[in-house]
Amino acid sequence: MTAIGTRMPRAEDPRLLRGRGRFGDDFSAPGQLHARVVRSPSAHGELRAVDVTEAWSVPGIAAVITAADLPRNPVIPVRLAIAGTDLSEFLQPVLARDTVRYVGEPLAVIVGADPYACEDAAELVGIEIADQPAVLDARQVPARVAAELTRGYGDPAAAFAGAAHVVEIDLAIGRHSGVPLEPRCLLAVPGREPGQLAIFGMTKVPVWNRDLLADLLGVDETLIRVHAIDAGGGFGVRGEFYPEDFLIPWLALRLERPVKWAEDRAEHLVAVNHSRQQYHRVAAAFDADGRLLALTDDIIQDNGAYCRTHGVAVPELTAAMLPGPYRVPAYRGRVRVVLTNKTPCGTYRAPGRFEGTAAREHLLDVAATRLGLDPVALRERNLLTGAELPHERPISTLGTDMILDTGDYPALLAAAVSEASRLGYQRRAAAGAGGGRRRRGFGLAMFVEKSGLGPQETADVTVSRSGAVHVCSGGTSLGQGIETVLAQIAADALGADPRAVQVTAGDTAAQPFGAGSWASRSTVVGGSAVHQAALAVRRRAIELAARVLEAAEEDLDLAGGSVSVRGDPAVSLTLADLARAAAPASRYLSKGEPAGLSARRRFEVSHMTYPYGVHAAVVEVDPGTGRVRVLRYLVAYEVGRAINPMLVEGQLRGGVAQGIGGSLLEEFRYDEDGQPQAVTFIEYRLPTAAEIPPVDVLLCQDAPSPGNPLGVMGAGEGGISAVGAAVANAVRAALGLPGSVGQLPLTPARVCALAGAMGVTS
Amino acid sequence: MSTHPISLRVNGREHQLTVEARRTLADMLRHDLGYTGTHLGCEHGICGACTVLVDGQPARACLVFGVQADGTEVRTVEGLADGEQLSDLQQAFSDHHALQCGFCTPGFLMLAEAYLAEAYLAEDGADELTEERARELVASNLCRCTGYQGIIEAIVATARARRK
Repeated sequence: MTAIGTRMPRAEDPRLLRGRGRFGDDFSAPGQLHARVVRSPSAHGELRAVDVTEAWSVPGIAAVITAADLPRNPVIPVRLAIAGTDLSEFLQPVLARDTVRYVGEPLAVIVGADPYACEDAAELVGIEIADQPAVLDARQVPARVAAELTRGYGDPAAAFAGAAHVVEIDLAIGRHSGVPLEPRCLLAVPGREPGQLAIFGMTKVPVWNRDLLADLLGVDETLIRVHAIDAGGGFGVRGEFYPEDFLIPWLALRLERPVKWAEDRAEHLVAVNHSRQQYHRVAAAFDADGRLLALTDDIIQDNGAYCRTHGVAVPELTAAMLPGPYRVPAYRGRVRVVLTNKTPCGTYRAPGRFEGTAAREHLLDVAATRLGLDPVALRERNLLTGAELPHERPISTLGTDMILDTGDYPALLAAAVSEASRLGYQRRAAAGAGGGRRRRGFGLAMFVEKSGLGPQETADVTVSRSGAVHVCSGGTSLGQGIETVLAQIAADALGADPRAVQVTAGDTAAQPFGAGSWASRSTVVGGSAVHQAALAVRRRAIELAARVLEAAEEDLDLAGGSVSVRGDPAVSLTLADLARAAAPASRYLSKGEPAGLSARRRFEVSHMTYPYGVHAAVVEVDPGTGRVRVLRYLVAYEVGRAINPMLVEGQLRGGVAQGIGGSLLEEFRYDEDGQPQAVTFIEYRLPTAAEIPPVDVLLCQDAPSPGNPLGVMGAGEGGISAVGAAVANAVRAALGLPGSVGQLPLTPARVCALAGAMGVTS
Repeated sequence: MSTHPISLRVNGREHQLTVEARRTLADMLRHDLGYTGTHLGCEHGICGACTVLVDGQPARACLVFGVQADGTEVRTVEGLADGEQLSDLQQAFSDHHALQCGFCTPGFLMLAEAYLAEAYLAEDGADELTEERARELVASNLCRCTGYQGIIEAIVATARARRK
């Protein structure tokens, strides 16, 4: 029996369904205090005074700190450094000292016995700011450019000069973000040793955060233990190192009391990383037959007020991944990373690919119109073929060389078009085009994703006396089902029942060498490490069984959680028996041999693996109200091998929903003074069930990844990568626009304007 | 801040406590009584993660003061299962992959539980729960992970099974 490939029910489900999950704010410690962060009400200005006198008058207040109280005011460094960029002067201090640069920037922290009282006290802090003009448009000249980077190869200028057709569009991508349903939370509990801390609430990259916190506090990293917890969604934003990730532990040590901070939603929407906001001017040169000669993209990224832990990873990924699945003889992508007086930016699920795919795929649809070609035919003509893979693109991204490793892009495009047709997508789109005031359109987009970023992941697999198999991974549980997937992988490699496998993900004491869950890496890199460690435990179990049974190892087999002699199934030992045979006092251990039925393995990989897919949408546009409804949505996705197809489909469907949010509804807007206009769920419009259609999934496992022993590619981001593109193309088709839709999200006002310009009205 | 003695039943169990007038039912359930399965996603009544049943009616526990629950019967997600045994609705959520991070899940479960209980009682020709009606029901809460399809399928499947 193999667990891999089955739609196994999730191990996480029973506890979460019974309300027995343990999320950030579910942890408490005796004597804990609560923290409230006081934030800047102003977008830009000189911070003249933070007067905390009155705040102290609230009963139960234990501490009020400002930048002046910090021994030194640390800045948060970049986690994903890109060679050739120095961002040191743009990093965010944990508390503003002289200047505030966005609404929501932390200025002070109140700590007290009661969280309600802390909020009372926060309102009594006197803040004096001499306002300065706020920069809110990254296209404004002169711009404060934090970094400029270029990715490319060949001679695009020459190609454009000699081209039969040149097509150029502008497309702006709106500012939105992951917005997990659980706000951030942190509990820091001091231990008995100086500097010792237990931390609940750091997810995503717990080991990296632990090490940075240790450095900032000046303590040894092994004094800090980050515990595994349930997290209410990650999507790139949760678990990066934010100012609070220093302030709360620092306060706990200083006060010698546990300190808890639970973010509220209004804070979350101004404090957590924003993402996506970019302005693209993308252009393509074609020969007379519609073959791509060159591609260029000039991009401005509105990065907000500081560079945070992602540095310039998002703009770099945008430029590096822009050519996508196509044969592009010459390419140049240039990004200017501009600072504005808004919340700083970081990654959000499919960073750079949501934006770049929208720009490229929308350009291709406009080009198809100009060249008089069918959009699918234009793509077919330019896709790299299976015979051309692996394709080494002379571009590096995230410090790795880009080698599009495997697959058959034209075959997946054909399969997606045929599936859409079978499901009646094109027919449904055409049906509405004739009469009535509403217009329908069909849109399609293709993309290449990336996954499995190294350089390594480590896993420990241990069998305990009860026969339970314990996996300690460096990934973290963010809702993606990592505990289930790693259990399936471990069970097959070891020869155990997946229900006997318990996974601990993200505890820095249990797995001190973990690299975390992000970049669609956990199944690929973390899974491969678990696979190798479980295989090592399997070998160890057979070695021990040979000693106990006085048999030759080659005559033994391990399946279903027990080792038996081939041809004599009556003679067998369970994993529990073998764990006891490996116990310290066991007579089966030789002198000096370490005890335990366990193994630690490190899986290393120097290149990413590149899954790919096609999205197709049918939309209905009401030109009178500007409302866009997505009627049907299809994702065709090549994943190499699905460990649990149900979970892969879930990832894809969830990604589509977020993508529809970013394409139609979600946007962080600011008024002319830099005041954020989306600070509740009334203005920041997450899609509800009323806006999300049933999503069809065509899950393909035709191109196993050559880069890992499981043949898997990541599935975390392929559901969202091309939604902006597919929706923009469908709306453009519905309205019969000759050019670009100009901007995402396609809010009612923008759709009305587009329809009005076309003379399409109700 | 004035405080008030109140008593209420939660999942059939009697509780007596004294709360501040401004303390929300959600904070009271979570931090005073230990029912941490009720989650706070927005604290302004939009996301529905904190949905509990107050005398059988779904209510957003972030918008209700604890004192308003004086003398009521409250049901939370902890009251759905029978020990380790998941309820039919909970099991359907797992079967249909209706949850990922699980943070919003208690709110959807309580919302659906209230709807199903009411629909079940109204035996006089309560229409079959169609996918469209379920979608309308589910649209009152927010989920950021699943895209809602599994949630809708799970509720429809439970409704069908209960009518048999």
